[in-house]
Amino acid sequence: MPESYPREHIEDLVDDNLEWNQLHDMMSDFKDADRFQQVRDVLQERVDWDDPIIIPYADHLYVVAKPDNRWVIKCDCGHEFCEHDQNWKMDALINVRDSEEDYLEIYPEDMHPHPDYMELREFFCPGCNTLLEVTNVMPGYPLIHEFEPDIETFYSEWIEEPIPTAEPESA
Amino acid sequence: MSTEPDEGESFPRMRREKETVREQQQEGVGIGWDGQTLREQFEALEEETEETGHYAGFEKLELKQNNPIEYEQMFAQLRGDLVNARETSKEVAATPIVEQEGELCYGLFTPEGDSIAVSTGIIVHIHTMSEAIKYMINHDYEESPGIEPGDIFVNNDTHVGDVHACDIMTLIPIFHEGELVAWAGGVNHVIDTGAIGPGSMNVSQASRFGDGAYYTARKVGEDLKLYNSWKKDYPDKTRTPDFLKLDERTRMTGCLMIRDAVKDIIDEYGVEQFKQLSREAIEDGRRGFRNRIKKTMLPGTYRGASFVDALYEGQDNLTRAYADENHLMHAPSELHVREDGSFQVSFEGANKWGWHPYNCTPAAIQGGIWVMLTQTVIPNSNVNDGAYYSCDFHLPVGSWANTQNTETAHAYAWHFLVSAWAPLWQHLSRGYYSRGFWEEINAGNANTSNWLQGGGIDQFDKLHAVNSFESACEGVGARYVEDGEPHAAAIWNPEGDMGDAEVWEMTEPLPFLGRAVKPNTGGAGRRAGGAGFESMRTVKDVSRWLLYEMGNGYMTSDGGLFGGYPAASGYILNAQNTDLEERFENQEDYPQHDLDPESGDFESKINGDITRRPEGISTPKEFDDYDMYLNYLRGGSGLGDPLEREPEDVVADIHDGYVLPRHAKDAYAVVVEKVDDEAKHNSAVQGEWELDEEATKELREERMQERAETAKPVTEWYEEQRDRIRTETDLIDDVKKTYESSMRMSKQFAEFYHEFWELPEDFEFTLSEKAEKSLENRFKTGLKQKWDNPTKGHETWLDVGRDDEPEVPYTWTAGRTIQDLPTPDASFNDMTAEPATDDD
Repeated sequence: MPESYPREHIEDLVDDNLEWNQLHDMMSDFKDADRFQQVRDVLQERVDWDDPIIIPYADHLYVVAKPDNRWVIKCDCGHEFCEHDQNWKMDALINVRDSEEDYLEIYPEDMHPHPDYMELREFFCPGCNTLLEVTNVMPGYPLIHEFEPDIETFYSEWIEEPIPTAEPESA
Repeated sequence: MSTEPDEGESFPRMRREKETVREQQQEGVGIGWDGQTLREQFEALEEETEETGHYAGFEKLELKQNNPIEYEQMFAQLRGDLVNARETSKEVAATPIVEQEGELCYGLFTPEGDSIAVSTGIIVHIHTMSEAIKYMINHDYEESPGIEPGDIFVNNDTHVGDVHACDIMTLIPIFHEGELVAWAGGVNHVIDTGAIGPGSMNVSQASRFGDGAYYTARKVGEDLKLYNSWKKDYPDKTRTPDFLKLDERTRMTGCLMIRDAVKDIIDEYGVEQFKQLSREAIEDGRRGFRNRIKKTMLPGTYRGASFVDALYEGQDNLTRAYADENHLMHAPSELHVREDGSFQVSFEGANKWGWHPYNCTPAAIQGGIWVMLTQTVIPNSNVNDGAYYSCDFHLPVGSWANTQNTETAHAYAWHFLVSAWAPLWQHLSRGYYSRGFWEEINAGNANTSNWLQGGGIDQFDKLHAVNSFESACEGVGARYVEDGEPHAAAIWNPEGDMGDAEVWEMTEPLPFLGRAVKPNTGGAGRRAGGAGFESMRTVKDVSRWLLYEMGNGYMTSDGGLFGGYPAASGYILNAQNTDLEERFENQEDYPQHDLDPESGDFESKINGDITRRPEGISTPKEFDDYDMYLNYLRGGSGLGDPLEREPEDVVADIHDGYVLPRHAKDAYAVVVEKVDDEAKHNSAVQGEWELDEEATKELREERMQERAETAKPVTEWYEEQRDRIRTETDLIDDVKKTYESSMRMSKQFAEFYHEFWELPEDFEFTLSEKAEKSLENRFKTGLKQKWDNPTKGHETWLDVGRDDEPEVPYTWTAGRTIQDLPTPDASFNDMTAEPATDDD
């Protein structure tokens, strides 16, 4: 039961270099206490910008601290979407698959939703064009804001650490 | 095992217990602890729990703290005994459902019905049996029909505590010196309960009255013997009486093994220590759940929505004309992870129940969420009702998730349940992602379909029903660190198994023509969803034989995660009046698969009346010898941008039969070239394929550029969509009816919808006369509640009027933040006083 994995092990997790048996051991074992900090630190090294990562938000996305005490959602390409409690999708690019022809690019005939009943919304990062999320909803459905983390409670009560802050902008 | 002295009579110890209880009753002493009635004990437990914020007022875990080894030994022994009961008793059963797929489980419960420990198996019933016990207590079974040593109770009423009628549960009380100390309970999935159509989960009925026989927390025996009235009752209500008789013996075997195990524990450790353990284990489980959440997730609000179709318009054999309509399930899913690590799960915004058998009750939803949590959040902790005490559920009364109407049908509640769970996996996964526990991330589960079901006169000239439980084996969602497991599991049975084809053929007159991995069933992604599989069946030596299909068709309920695509949806393929017999005789080719529905391969190898439709559900229809039926089992959803998938993995996918070659280019932008026509891999795709690295690199660059050119800013799309909704352009009646149903169910959802799209306050969708009538009909049907005497915990399901402010707000409005959420009052508010000694 490791309280903590070696730094190299966490780097391998982030870099997708672990073997299945190692991953399986991590699944079966008790959870290491400092995983969040370790993963955050490794991710911070992997990105090309300096804004402190507050939390990994989703694949490719982070909540980062900006100099003027703002927390924004940022892609690893550097594109900044919005404040951390807003829905980043409103600032994304979208492509909607809502025709038979669109569906057949991904699914065989008869094995995809009916366009009258369901559409696939693909959300891309305007900075790097990475596909960040695909949602399958009825036509006319509002955008789903999937995750509103309670960052203050997490830092102050769950891990009892100060929330990372950015260096003030020089004049 | 306990040894009871041979005094020339059966169960002498049980008889002595019974005498003691009867003597006490004559003196007005209850069967609860310290002379309380069971109902008094239940009410006291609820009060103590609420007052202290700890289960049964157990602020300290004295046994665990003072004697941790013994505590763990006792719990492990109990759990081992439950697993042993399951593994042993399933050999008593005759149906492959139980014997092969292991569709049974056992639980040990406190006198008040809280589960202390649970076996492996269909652990969805960790809580459904709890509800049935609580129902008996709340409805004063102690007075009538009495709860005494040796009594046997049976329940399969969904409104009491079950998912659907074909999960039959047996409950027996365990006494010690005049006190009820525990309940043993077992559930298994039976093959037929006498619904209007053959099979365990018929789909053509509009109401409960077509679901099959319901036994409502019924006492069916005493002195550990079944009443003759019961033995002469249920066999005639099913098409498979012999299976049901053995299923009942299976459950009784397991329950008696558990009863003996409890007696052994009491003999070894004393009854007071057993009572202490039973309370502490639940409080320990409650704390463990919160500790686990605080260690692995983030507090906050997680949201999602899922949908599934149930298309009945134009179906044959519907039992009511008013059921001739299409239904869509809308399941908005909100999870609030509170500061103390407890869960608040809300389906506010869910639409109205329908005239179909996919409706749910609270027990079904709770059980369903339980089976998911035990596989994700608490896989290595005390799995018991402790977790239940860390969760609040808001299931809108009158919605498909909580009909509170005993007229509603529930035979295949799973169709909606499994679909509604889909976002919950993703809620957990988003939390795990943020905390860095990437090895736990899972994109979701598969919609567990198809369920080959039917019946008629079988190969032995007997009335028979079938239910292929191959659906216990589907593709699972992609993980963050690996692809999803192909044809591996079903959400509701974590030990899922498709069963041996040969064993199924012994009980079903449906020979297998082929069984293979189904390409493109798993969702595309950096990590691919696990593929489903398919079986091609024919029918032989039957008469008046019916078969039907069930599953998603026009919608896919499983969303992808982080850029992964949803799994494929289903379709129906049958052939009737075929020339299969002649083909056998002439040793000609015949269809064994339908791996690529576009290939024409199936049609080229059979002559007959072929039905190929993109829907998922059909009502029972007649099949004759040499007719054909495709049983297509779904896959899991994908995770991550497909363009980030290693190109070599896509080539492997082709050779493994997971991806059709043309989709390598379409879905993954991977260019492959066929280099050998003859080579055969572990796949239905003939040939050897090689990666063109350079062309792939170029194509991926092009594809990224295309994205930038074809995609539009969401703000622009929003304007178009808002206009579309205002003008109701290209929105079909089924979709509009679903929105209207949700808005009439939930003023919060209506406000949210109006606000989001900036619609006029009086905006309503225009419905056809038929749709309007359908909604009106169901909304006017009102409530017909089963529980007329709830204790506090059960008021949750009953007293939330639609005009009242619900306990859980709808938080999707942009202006609201997590900080605005109310503090919970239905759950415990305080922080855990002392952490559990392990990290879970």
